[in-house]
Amino acid sequence: MCLGIPGRIVEISDPTRKLATIDVAGVRREVNVMCIEGDAPLDTLVGAWVLIHVGFAMSRIDEEEARATLDILAQMGEAEDEVAAMRASERMLGAER
Amino acid sequence: MKFSSEFRDPELARGVLTAIARTVAEIGATAERPVRIMEICGGHTHAIFRNGIDRLVPEGLEFIHGPGCPVCVLPMARVDEAVRIARLPGVVFTTFGDAMRVPGTLGSLNQAKAEGADIRMVYSPLDALELARRLPDREIVFFGLGFETTTPSTALTIRQARDEGVTNFTVFCNHIAVTPPLRVLLEDPHMLLDGFIGPGHVSMVIGTRPYAFIANEFGKPIVVAGFEPLDLLQSVLMVLRQIRDGRAEVENQYARVVPEAGNPVALAVCDEVYEPRRSFEWRGLGEIDRSGLRIREAYADFDAERRFEIGYGARSAADPDGCACGEVMTGRLKPFQCPQFGTGCTPRMPLGALMVSSEGACAACYQYGGQRRPEPVG
Ligand code: SF4
Repeated sequence: MCLGIPGRIVEISDPTRKLATIDVAGVRREVNVMCIEGDAPLDTLVGAWVLIHVGFAMSRIDEEEARATLDILAQMGEAEDEVAAMRASERMLGAER
Repeated sequence: MKFSSEFRDPELARGVLTAIARTVAEIGATAERPVRIMEICGGHTHAIFRNGIDRLVPEGLEFIHGPGCPVCVLPMARVDEAVRIARLPGVVFTTFGDAMRVPGTLGSLNQAKAEGADIRMVYSPLDALELARRLPDREIVFFGLGFETTTPSTALTIRQARDEGVTNFTVFCNHIAVTPPLRVLLEDPHMLLDGFIGPGHVSMVIGTRPYAFIANEFGKPIVVAGFEPLDLLQSVLMVLRQIRDGRAEVENQYARVVPEAGNPVALAVCDEVYEPRRSFEWRGLGEIDRSGLRIREAYADFDAERRFEIGYGARSAADPDGCACGEVMTGRLKPFQCPQFGTGCTPRMPLGALMVSSEGACAACYQYGGQRRPEPVG
């Protein structure tokens, strides 16, 4: 819960709600980007690496930092856990559509 | 110890370890009179055990595992309230997976689920809000848990719910702040901490200024650290050098992610949605002034404490007999010195909360056997 996971912004999916699609270790999910928006237009975030905590991008990081962090998380088994939690949550919601 | 595989740059790591050993010697610390450094964050606790850092450093340096694992400090009474809410008719109780196994006096959320309560694990509060949109006839409650890293996400979700006029979504707020328990530890006359490793991701939100009192009022060094083993080693060295030189400062080893002023958007939304509680209970530490957050009057419609008339502190619950969580949390005992460790308390069947999350000191110690056993030389 406390360790974030790096991901890369693929597209802005809902500008009003400040949501973006992010690729996290090969899995896509919608993430809120309000905390890293800054003054530049939202579209300029596409391609950026960010640190994601429970569905919110909390910090922009550079690619090297992202890869190093992913490696550490993978070693600790935390990356798998995060991705599994994302998938389980999505399945749970899918059942209620 | 598989030394080289643990570190990205083994040569650099070796160099830092040598410098650590030299500095510990310069300080004059020994196994009998060690220098004690507290890593505040549960993620760091996990990393220290995972990488065997506690066994790579010299005998004269001891790690004390701090209160920075939100699941570990969640008091029994609040787990009980969560179970009570989850059992109410019409409620769907949503939570991070970590919290499912935390024991309360009424059992855990896992047990309540097995007994028929509608409890669902979510990855994000956004998913709980989405569930509320999809199930308009049910009451969706989100178990708001965690330090300043997750506090803004719950606040932003509450604001989103208000903006959309969602009426079946509430938060059972248990968010806590990382610095108040540090003050309590520092004021304890029995506490012998010499310095701190500050949490990386919490600091990304709050910045480095909230730690100033540690240096200014208590004269102890603190270094905000990243999560790579090398980050940790470098931060330990920075703390040791401050101790050796008689300095007490807030230093930032993780400046590549942690800005001094934190994240202004996150801080502003937290201030808008929450206010500090007069006090909040921490498992093993007791009530701590202004350490917890509650939802402000302006967002009362999204407050599960108000909606279900629970409030705070109406019912108390004592920790189970024979558990030493409090002593471990304050550094008086090592995890393996608790009489329940590995027998009455295991990650599969946790008695105390420190055994639940992989960030808990007891769980990390159990998983990696990171206790300093006297090893024969040669
Ligand atoms: S072993 Fe279990 S009961 Fe003992 S301190 Fe750790 S979590 Fe608490």
